Amino acid sequence: MKENLYKYILGIADNSLILGQRLGELCGHGPSLETDIACTNISLDLFGQVRSYFQYAAKIAGDDRTEDDIAMLRKEREYFNLLLVEQPNANFAYTIGRQFLFDVYHLAFLSELQKSADLTLSAIANKCVKEVSYHERFSSDWIKRLGDGTKESHQKMQDAINDLWTYTDELFHQTEADITMVSEGIGVDVTKLKEGYYKRVNEILEAATLETPESKYFQKGGKKGMHTEHLGFILSNLQYMQRTYPNMKW
Amino acid sequence: MSNKKNWPLWEIFVRSKNGLEHRHFGSLHATDAEMALENARDVYTRRNEGVSIWVVESKHITASNPEHNGELFEPAQDKVYRHPTFYDLPDEVKHM
Amino acid sequence: MSEEQIRSLEKQFDERILRDEKIEPKDWMPEKYRKTHIRQMSQHAHSEIVGMLPEGNWISRAPSLRRKVALLAKVQDEAGHGLYLYSACETLGVSRDELYDQLHTGKAKYSSIFNYPTVTWADMGAIGWLVDGAAIINQVPLCNTSYGPYARAMIRVCKEESFHQRQGFEIMLKLANGSPEQKEMAQDALNRWWWPSLMMLGPTDDKSVHTEQSMKWKLKRKTNDELRQQFIDQTVPQANILGLSIPDSDLKWNEERQSYDFGEIDWDEFWQVVKGHGPMNKERMKARVGAWERGEWVRDAAMAHAEKKEERKEKQAV
Repeated sequence: MKENLYKYILGIADNSLILGQRLGELCGHGPSLETDIACTNISLDLFGQVRSYFQYAAKIAGDDRTEDDIAMLRKEREYFNLLLVEQPNANFAYTIGRQFLFDVYHLAFLSELQKSADLTLSAIANKCVKEVSYHERFSSDWIKRLGDGTKESHQKMQDAINDLWTYTDELFHQTEADITMVSEGIGVDVTKLKEGYYKRVNEILEAATLETPESKYFQKGGKKGMHTEHLGFILSNLQYMQRTYPNMKW
Repeated sequence: MSNKKNWPLWEIFVRSKNGLEHRHFGSLHATDAEMALENARDVYTRRNEGVSIWVVESKHITASNPEHNGELFEPAQDKVYRHPTFYDLPDEVKHM
Repeated sequence: MSEEQIRSLEKQFDERILRDEKIEPKDWMPEKYRKTHIRQMSQHAHSEIVGMLPEGNWISRAPSLRRKVALLAKVQDEAGHGLYLYSACETLGVSRDELYDQLHTGKAKYSSIFNYPTVTWADMGAIGWLVDGAAIINQVPLCNTSYGPYARAMIRVCKEESFHQRQGFEIMLKLANGSPEQKEMAQDALNRWWWPSLMMLGPTDDKSVHTEQSMKWKLKRKTNDELRQQFIDQTVPQANILGLSIPDSDLKWNEERQSYDFGEIDWDEFWQVVKGHGPMNKERMKARVGAWERGEWVRDAAMAHAEKKEERKEKQAV
């Protein structure tokens, strides 16, 4: 089995999985019917991506694991998503802030992944990049609405950005699998995305009358399977059925 | 209930494929035209129903009054000469 | 307008409906027609959005990715259907916010079946199969109802809902053909959802207050009891396919009527839930009101931003 490729795919897919899960929690609880429908659409896009990635990962694994086994039967240290995406929907500003800070990265990442030497990955990226380009538009529009809207929304949006900022540096960290994949022309060199990312983020924050946080203290670990306390609870939902009723078909 | 301003209502028109006209699909709420377009995309084209969307704030639509239907539309009813069947042609002329 | 004039307008109005003509928003209509439609359409809309909650409850726990996306899409559709129906109400001059207010203050009703809890995954199957099944029976005839915007909304709703019941039945089928534990889960869900589904089709005809008028306006094409019988007759064979048993010892085929006879429905339970004392009434309202209140600053901000943007544009133009 191509261990590095497998791990590399998990690293990408877990972001969509955990973020999709977070957005799914909101369905029926959002600020308006229209935003509920929009956030669910994003969640559905993300889960669609997850399925493509994990179906491919299952093929690479070459044992009898299915997409669901890979999605739902790993232990907490075996998920490689970014810390950013597991942060809770503390309020709508956090939901939008998390989405925006991820979307800008995700879009840049997928644009590069389209050039991957791995044809399956480039094909998946090719399809996903359109979805994510819409996500990015949606979330940056909302950043502007909430930043510029009222005094209250401005404060809430600023607080959310300040709190989530600490998770942004990790987007550009590389694992060993990443480095190997980059050297083989399969993976994306995320270190090269950093400058463009902060440029774009600053641009939107400025348009939203928000301050770019100055903090230089960052959290990391997600990419290596070391998570915040939130992930365990996400997994206890995600895995509940598979753990409680092992080896069954649904 | 809050007395603040609610999101206005928009009418949504969707072209289901090129070659067809935009058709009224329904309405929804949005703060401005951009949001109305985004919401329309998410609400009314989830199943691949469209290739183009128009949005119009509902208050900008002026509708004819059904009470005037008599004077507006009935005068057109007896103008049969506007229709091809009004004209008698011999059977030998097959298509005209 | 004199009473006589009104009576004559009403007569013309009734004749239009009798001729299968549609009524459109700006047409003259009796006040009662307007009120009844606002009530029924908003009740229907409320049911869609409150109905998102019991199923939304299982999105994060769906047992497979395939099930998860199907459930998400289904619950999302319910939001869409609520939206279409609220829009239809708005054509009669009542805003969505006013309707929400009626829901949140308990003035408006919604389908009481959503006041039952979803405790296992099989409930997702049972709701899709039974609750959507019963809803479809109610909704299909409404595609031809007299009020244009309602009929159009229902056509869209019915078209989209066609996957909902199949989605539920497929869940049940997998469970029924699965391990003994899974089959037991499916049977338990059927046991719990069967009677509420029958109640969902409304009180018996002799207790139903709106039937006659609603029939005339094509808000209803069949009586509650007829709909219930239709639902039972079509569902029992489906339960047989699943190999599950309907929890009614009096259920039996009546050769003469070519229909199933069935047992007594516990109408006390029905009225208890309708009056707000079902297992989940308070929870459901708390969730809806909570979402609305938590969202207020978001809605206000978006509106304020749009206004500022408009102002800036105007200033630039000067």
